[in-house]
Amino acid sequence: MDFPMFHLDWLNNRMLIAGIATLHVIINHGLAVGFIPLVTWLEQKGLRRSGTNQITDLEWDEKVYKMMKVAFIITTTIGAMTGVGIWFSASLISPSSIGSLIRVFYWAWFTEWIVFVTEVILIMIYFLSWKKSNSSLRAKIRHIRFGWFLAIASWITMTIIVAILGFMMDPGNWNSNPNLINGFTNPLYLPQLAFRTPMAMLMAGVFGLLLATIFTKYGTKIRQDAVKSISKWIILWAPFTLFGAVWYYKAIPEGMTANMSTAVGTMDFAQYYGLLKYFIIGGVSLSVVIAVIGLFKAKVIRPYMVVLPVVFAFAFLGFFERVREFVRKPYVIGQYMYSNLLLEEDMVVYQQDGILKHATYTSVNEVTDDNKLEAGKNIFMLACSRCHTGQGVNSVVDVFERMYNNGQPLHVDMMTAYIPNMHFGRNYMPPFPGNEAEAEALAIYIRHLQDSGESIEGVQTEGVMINSDYTVKAVINKQNKTNDNEDDK
Amino acid sequence: MKMINSLLISLQTNIPTPVPKDLPLPLPLPEWLLIIILVISFLAHLVFVNLMLGGTLLTLWSQIKGLKDKKYDLLAKEIASTITVNKSIAVVLGVAPLLSINVLYTVYFYSANALTGLVWIAVIPLVTIAFLLTYLHKYTWKVFENNKAVHISILGLATVILLFIPFIFLTNINLMMFPEKWAVVKGFFNAMMLPNVFPRYFHFLFASLAVTGLFLFWYMSRKNYEFENLLPGFTRYDIQRKGYSLALIASICQMLIGPIVLLTLPSKGMGWNLILIIFTGVAMAIPAMWMMWKGLQASRENIGKNFYKVVILMSITVVFMGSGRQIYRANALEPHQKLVKLRTEEFEQTRKIAIENSKNQISDENNTDMSLAEKGKKVFNQYCAACHKPKDRLVGPPVTEMVAIYKDDVEAMKKWIKNPGKKRADMTQMPGFPQIPDDQLNELTEYILTINN
Repeated sequence: MDFPMFHLDWLNNRMLIAGIATLHVIINHGLAVGFIPLVTWLEQKGLRRSGTNQITDLEWDEKVYKMMKVAFIITTTIGAMTGVGIWFSASLISPSSIGSLIRVFYWAWFTEWIVFVTEVILIMIYFLSWKKSNSSLRAKIRHIRFGWFLAIASWITMTIIVAILGFMMDPGNWNSNPNLINGFTNPLYLPQLAFRTPMAMLMAGVFGLLLATIFTKYGTKIRQDAVKSISKWIILWAPFTLFGAVWYYKAIPEGMTANMSTAVGTMDFAQYYGLLKYFIIGGVSLSVVIAVIGLFKAKVIRPYMVVLPVVFAFAFLGFFERVREFVRKPYVIGQYMYSNLLLEEDMVVYQQDGILKHATYTSVNEVTDDNKLEAGKNIFMLACSRCHTGQGVNSVVDVFERMYNNGQPLHVDMMTAYIPNMHFGRNYMPPFPGNEAEAEALAIYIRHLQDSGESIEGVQTEGVMINSDYTVKAVINKQNKTNDNEDDK
Repeated sequence: MKMINSLLISLQTNIPTPVPKDLPLPLPLPEWLLIIILVISFLAHLVFVNLMLGGTLLTLWSQIKGLKDKKYDLLAKEIASTITVNKSIAVVLGVAPLLSINVLYTVYFYSANALTGLVWIAVIPLVTIAFLLTYLHKYTWKVFENNKAVHISILGLATVILLFIPFIFLTNINLMMFPEKWAVVKGFFNAMMLPNVFPRYFHFLFASLAVTGLFLFWYMSRKNYEFENLLPGFTRYDIQRKGYSLALIASICQMLIGPIVLLTLPSKGMGWNLILIIFTGVAMAIPAMWMMWKGLQASRENIGKNFYKVVILMSITVVFMGSGRQIYRANALEPHQKLVKLRTEEFEQTRKIAIENSKNQISDENNTDMSLAEKGKKVFNQYCAACHKPKDRLVGPPVTEMVAIYKDDVEAMKKWIKNPGKKRADMTQMPGFPQIPDDQLNELTEYILTINN
C-alpha cells in the first residue's frame, strides 16, 4: 500500500525470509546457545584428564579448541550476517509489519541488542584468549569460568527473543496493551523456551559429534573418549528435548485456539500438526540412536554416520519454525495486520471504496472497462504478492488449478465469485481487500497469468507508478481546496 | 498551510512525488531522543566499519610490499589480526542504528530498500563471503607461505567486496532523502548514479584511512604489545610515523572532498544550521591536523605527546559531521513528512466514516423481516456460493445433489458442513465450517432444502 513492493516471482517472498531466518536459528541454537556450554564442559574435562604436572591435557584441549574455532568462524560470519539478514529481508518483504513491530518492541530489541553485543564481545574474548590461558592453571580456570558466563549470556538472548516471538502470536494484547511483559506471560512462552533450550543442547551435541570425529583419527583413544563424552551429553539432553517438544506441541492448539480458532481448525493445520509428531520422534530418536552407539561402541562411529542425525536435527527445528509461522495465518500480527500487510481495521474502507483508490503505488486508481488487466496486476501486487507468485513457489495460478482440480483454463466468473468469499472456507486467507469490480479485475489477471505464463517484476527492477491522487501536487491541491472552502464559510 | 505550500514549491516537478501514509503507531520514544541514539550509535558503528575497511586496505598494501621486503609481510599479518575483531564489532554495532533509522524514517528507509532491493539484500551474502575470506586469509598464513599470489588474492577479493558494500548503504541513505526521485529510479545502479553518492563514497574512504592511521598508532604503541617480537625490522617510531602520516594525508584529502560533498548535495536540505555545524566540525579538525604535523616534526620520543588531544578533537569533528548529516536529512525531509502526516490523518477520518457506514448498513439489514430461508440465502452466499451453484458443478457438486442426499436427514447435512470428509475422487475436499453458529446453520440448511429440481 504505502511501500514500494519488492517481489521475487520465482523464489516467493516469504521463502527469502524463511531461508535466512531458518539458517540463523540453526546456527544460533546449534553453534551458540548449545555449543558454548558443550565446549566449556569439554574444556573443563581436559583439566581432569591432565597429568599432575600439566595444566590441561594439551592434545584434548587442542581438539576442543578446533571445535570452538569452527563455531566461532561460523557464528561471527554466517550467524551474525543472517541475523542482520532477517532485518534486511523483512524490510523488503514485510515493511509494514516489521516497521510496526519495531515501533512497539523498540526497547525489547534494544535490550536484546545490548545482551547481544555483550555476547559477541565475550565470545571473542573466550576464543581469542584460549591459547594464552594455557600458560597457567589460574588463567585456565578463569577461562573456563568465562565460558560459562558466555553460555549464560547466549541463553539470555534466547529468553528475550522467545518473548518477542511469543508476543507476536498473542494478538489480543497487541490492540489493548502492547507491552513486552505480555510476551513473557504468553501461554506459549514457557513451552517454547522449554523446547528450544534442550533442543539447542541436542543440536550442539550432534554437531559436536560430527566435528569431534572429523578432527580426530580413527581408532585413537582420544576419539573414543570424545565420542563417549559427547554421546553422554546428547543422551542427557534428549529426554528434556522430548519433554519440551511434547509440551510445546500440546500447547500450540491450546495457546492458539484461545486467540484464533480459525487457523487451527483447518485441515491444512491438521496436516502440519500431524507431521510434526513424526518430526519430534524422528529428530530426537535418531540423535539418541547415534549417541547410544557412541556410548557403548565408540569405535564404530565415523563422521559420515553423524551427518544424517545433524541434518535431521536441523529439519526438526526448521519444521517447528514452519508450524509456528503457519499458526499465525491469516495474520502477520495477530488480529491487527493480515499476511498481506493490510490492517484488519482498514478492510471496511477497501471493501467499500476499492483498494486501488487508497493505494499509493498503483498505475490506476479505479477499475474501468478498458483497464481491467492492468488494474488486476496492481491489485495482485497490493493484495496477494506477499505470499503468492505469478509462476513460482505457491503461485496463484497453481493454487486455483489445484482447487478446481484440473489443468483446464480457469473460469473468470468462478474466480470472481470465489475471491470475495474465500476466507470463509480457507481460514488462513485474509478477506479480499477490494470491491466487486476489483475481484473481477484480479480474476481476469490471474487467468491472463495462466494463459501467458508471464512472470511478475517487483519494484527492484520495474520501479514504481504513483497513484495520481497521492502525489505531492494532488495532496497540496486537495488541501488548498478544503482550506478555501473553509475560508468561504 | 500557506507556509507548507511555499516550502513545497521546490519539491514540485513534472515527475510525481509520492505521498504515502505512515504507520498508524506512535514512536516508542520522543523523536529527539531517538535521533540522538541514531547519530551516536551510527558513529560508533561507522568507526569500526572504518577500521575494518582501512585495516583490510592496509593489510593488502603491506602484504604486497612484503613480497620484496619480508618485514612488511609481518606487518600485514599483524594488521590482519585486527580486522576480524573489528568487523565483528562493526556488525553488532550496526544493529542499533538500523533499528533507530527503521523507527524514525520507516517510510523513507524501507522505500529506498525496496527500490534497490536485489542489491540491498545482496549485502548479506556479500559481507558473509568477505568475512569468510578474511578468516581464510588470517588462518592460512602458513599454508600459503610459498604461494603468496593465492594468499594475496584471497584478501584482494575480500577487499573488492568490502569496497563495494559502502556504495549499497550510501545509495540507500541517499535515495531515502529524495522521494521525488522514487518514481524515476529503476533498480540499484540507477539509484547509485544520483548526485552525491560518489563524493560521499570517497569522503567515507578517506575517513577510513584516517581513522585506521590513528588506530594503528595507538594499537602498536601499547605497552603490553610485544612489538620487538612481533615486528622485528621496525621500530615503534616507524609505525607511529606511518600512522600519523596516513591520518594527516587522509585528513587533508577530506578537506578537499568535503566541499565537493557539500556542493553536490541537492539544495533542498541546505540551511544555515547545517553550515554552522559542518564548519564547527572542520574548525575542530584543523588544530588536530596541526598537532599531527608537529608530532611528525618532533623528536622520536615526543611524536605521541599530543596523541590523545588529536583523538579527542577528531572525535568531536566526527560527532559534528555525523550531526550535520542528520541535520541535512531532517531539513530535506521535513516538508514531505508534513504531507505524509496530513495524508495519514485524512485516512483515519475516511476509515471512521466507512466503519460508521458499514454499521448502519448491517443494522438496516438486520431490521428487515426475512423468512428463515431468506436469511439462509445470505448465509449461503457468504460461506458456500464460492464453490456451489444451485444446478451446476462449480468447485463442488450442485445444491440439487445435496438436496437429493439429505432431504430426509438435515442433521447429517449439518454434521457434514461442520466436518466434511472426501467422497469424490475428482474433486477437492471441502473445508469444514465449524465456525458457523447453530442458528445460522438452521437458516442455511432450511434454504438449501428449498432448492429443488
